[in-house]
Amino acid sequence: MTDTKTSSLVPSAVYDRLRRRRAAERRFRFYGLAAVGLALMMLVFLFVSIVRQGYSAFTEHVITLTVALDPAVIDPEGRRNSQSLSSADYQRLVRESLAALFPDVTERAERRLLFGLLSSGASHRLRDVVMREPARIGTTVVIETPLDDDADRFLKGLVSPDVPESERRIKDRQIVWLKALHAGGGIHNRFNTTLFTAGDSREPELAGILGAVVGSFYLMLTTVVLSFPIGVAAAVYLEEFAPRNRFTDLIEVNINNLAAVPSVVFGLLGLAIFLDFFGLPRSASLVGGLVLSLIILPTIIIAARAALKAVPPSIREAALGVGASKMQSILHHVLPLAVPGIMTGTIIGMAHALGESAPLLVIGMVAFIVDVPVTPLDPTTVLPVQIYLWADSAERAFVERTAAAIMVLLIFLIAMNALAVIIRKKFERQW
Amino acid sequence: MTYRASNDPPHGTVGAPRVEAARAKLTACNVDVFYGEKHAIKDVSLDIGRNEVTALIGPSGCGKSTFMRCLNRMNDIIDICRVTGTITLDGEDIYDPKIDVVHLRARVGMVFQKPNPFPKSIFENVAYGPRIHGLASGKAGLEEIVLTSLKRAGLLEEVKDRLHAPGTSLSGGQQQRLCIARAIAVSPQVILMDEPCSALDPIATARIEELIDELQHNFTIVIVTHSMQQAARVSQRTAFFHLGELIECGMTEQIFTNPLHRLTQGYLTGRFG
Amino acid sequence: MAHDKDTAHTVKSYDEELALLVNTIALMGTLAETQLANAVQAMLQRDSDLANQVVAEDVKIDELEQDVHKRVVRLLALRQPVAIDLRHIVIGLKVSSDLERIADYATNLAKRSIVLNQFPLVNPVTGIVRMSRLAQELIRDVISAYIERDRDRAITTWRRDEEVDEMYISLFRELVTYMMEDPRNITACTHLMFMAKNIERIGDHVTNIAESIHFLIEGTPLRGRRSKGEMHPSP
Repeated sequence: MTDTKTSSLVPSAVYDRLRRRRAAERRFRFYGLAAVGLALMMLVFLFVSIVRQGYSAFTEHVITLTVALDPAVIDPEGRRNSQSLSSADYQRLVRESLAALFPDVTERAERRLLFGLLSSGASHRLRDVVMREPARIGTTVVIETPLDDDADRFLKGLVSPDVPESERRIKDRQIVWLKALHAGGGIHNRFNTTLFTAGDSREPELAGILGAVVGSFYLMLTTVVLSFPIGVAAAVYLEEFAPRNRFTDLIEVNINNLAAVPSVVFGLLGLAIFLDFFGLPRSASLVGGLVLSLIILPTIIIAARAALKAVPPSIREAALGVGASKMQSILHHVLPLAVPGIMTGTIIGMAHALGESAPLLVIGMVAFIVDVPVTPLDPTTVLPVQIYLWADSAERAFVERTAAAIMVLLIFLIAMNALAVIIRKKFERQW
Repeated sequence: MTYRASNDPPHGTVGAPRVEAARAKLTACNVDVFYGEKHAIKDVSLDIGRNEVTALIGPSGCGKSTFMRCLNRMNDIIDICRVTGTITLDGEDIYDPKIDVVHLRARVGMVFQKPNPFPKSIFENVAYGPRIHGLASGKAGLEEIVLTSLKRAGLLEEVKDRLHAPGTSLSGGQQQRLCIARAIAVSPQVILMDEPCSALDPIATARIEELIDELQHNFTIVIVTHSMQQAARVSQRTAFFHLGELIECGMTEQIFTNPLHRLTQGYLTGRFG
Repeated sequence: MAHDKDTAHTVKSYDEELALLVNTIALMGTLAETQLANAVQAMLQRDSDLANQVVAEDVKIDELEQDVHKRVVRLLALRQPVAIDLRHIVIGLKVSSDLERIADYATNLAKRSIVLNQFPLVNPVTGIVRMSRLAQELIRDVISAYIERDRDRAITTWRRDEEVDEMYISLFRELVTYMMEDPRNITACTHLMFMAKNIERIGDHVTNIAESIHFLIEGTPLRGRRSKGEMHPSP
């Protein structure tokens, strides 16, 4: 640092002022940096807490069982039709194969504890195998089936054995068996595919988000199909054709207002119109999409108008100057140039809609739905609502699944926002 | 005209705003233009001669651009703009409701102040006009029009091996010549140029001026310019506008050596108070 | 200021440069007039020193003319004048060269007066003096018309050149008579005749300047009944 004060060119009064100004500038910069830092800290905190809670949900412990498919149990009458096959007592077979691993457990209460280690889904697994290949009846099959959520949580180290037995759901006897199975290689840890391939379930180890993801997809599809063309058309009319008068001013003010209306209000509106008046099916993603379209329509209109406004008037003039009609100038020149901006606005609006839950709760999309929807008219749940439902569940294992679902939702949101940035960067033109 | 405000003193244009009827391409009679309440053009009568360059000069806001934009109804796109009086192109009233504006603009082309090529390829820029007007038969015909237009705009040699490069990748002067090529591709009869060189360097300006010299054999050209030297160099007739009025019009040579009106003299010699 | 009739230029230095041009030309005019007066004085008083001084002074006017040329070229190049400014600057070139010619004639008069000193004084000398008085007056008038941009004064001056021409014609006849009376006068009278012719030419240059002033103000050439040339007897 050189001392400018010694320079005869800078009088000391000027120097003091200069120093004060520079200090003020440094402070100003620091405030901005501090604000950014604070925001980043919050974000990191959010991510860390969610990931810490949720990472364990991406794996599950499965037990390998060797089950003898006793025809006497599965199909005593030997009819081999699907009805009798599907109603057979697979649970008994599974339990027997587990009991076979622990021959010394004979007492009723103890046996119940032992069977408590198995997920209720184990019998479904077995049934699926048999239904697929009825020829294997009479042979022995090896199946992998998830453990009960309490056992799974213990093996993941989420339940401490130091806690008094009365205060935990997993008992000391069960811990001994689990350890024995684990040591014998009968249990291993693997990626939790159930989470991504199953619908909702009362049993955490059987619950997945596929239903919610498909529901969200249909919801988004309905939303984009409805709101994009309507929003763009409205924006083009307002920006390019509408005369400037009090009526259009009023419309503009109202659109800006609508963008700020709480989404619950739109939910109530949807409830009144789509469900009560039009009588559309409850919990259908179509209805949710209709409501979300209403919510993001103002966002899309505002973004599209801004994008249209940003197209330099010289382009319009150029088109009109060579004799293009107004419609030609808009379709051939203005809209293509505005597309990146419109797309960006739309994607951000969609991301907003994807994370929306309140209006969906109002229109009754909170039902417990196990089946993965096939059409937009099927009852379904969506990701944010699924998160809401799981967060409300009593089972501890749903806590980690809630966090996992949040992570999935966040990944979708980040992907969509990134897509918006990429589209903007790619199609942004210089002129 | 019945629209003149009563307190507006009567005035007349000095010089020769009219040419012989046979030579007049565009004829404006008692044209008034209003932007809302603002009286932008006041009772202007002016002929644009066939196959010659007419320069419109005057201080900023004098209405010269506004007047020029009346000639291809470019003012129509401004909601609050109202034009009265008559403007005829070859004797045909261009404000007649039966006239198709799109067709008119194909006959009266325009080049703007800032080079404004479409953000498309050089070829597409020129091909756009002929395509929407259906002037070309087939791909070969379109290509021929594009090449001819580029050639006439003096740009072909510079761009012939990169016709599919974006028009915006050209230099400012080349972009302006591209805009001229785009304008002449639809075979207009009149080309309006709104300060076409104001964003260009002297060399690029000279090339445009040379181009104007050549184009005037086939087109009628109206040019608005702030550079009086440019008006002197390229035009045969010059019209001087001041506060929305056409003060003086005459042969360029006479305007620049011995203007008749005190205001013209003051503006040309840089004595504006 | 040189021309307060016009409003000033927005660019003040332009006005200053134009004023400097006018001042230089006015100075040339004053000098040329003085040269003419001194040359005739030298002849009348048979003062060879004064005559030599006139010859020496001519360089000054030549220098001023060069100065005007330089200023004109500079103004043309840097200001790109049009309309009245263009005419103003272009006629500056013409007026200065007319004035330079006038000064040349004055020098010629001075040189002849030195020769004349070797001969006895002859009567028609007074005619020369009267003629040069008129010429001086015209120079003065045309220069003030130039400075003030006074069209009427320029036209009056332009008309009065006729008087110079008439004086020349009568002086011409007088000199011819003298020479016929006494052949010994022929040398002196021939010199005087050339001097008269020079003054008459000075008058023509004054009319040129007056025409330039008219062009400056009106932008059109000065046309009138006056036509010189036919009235000029060829000496």
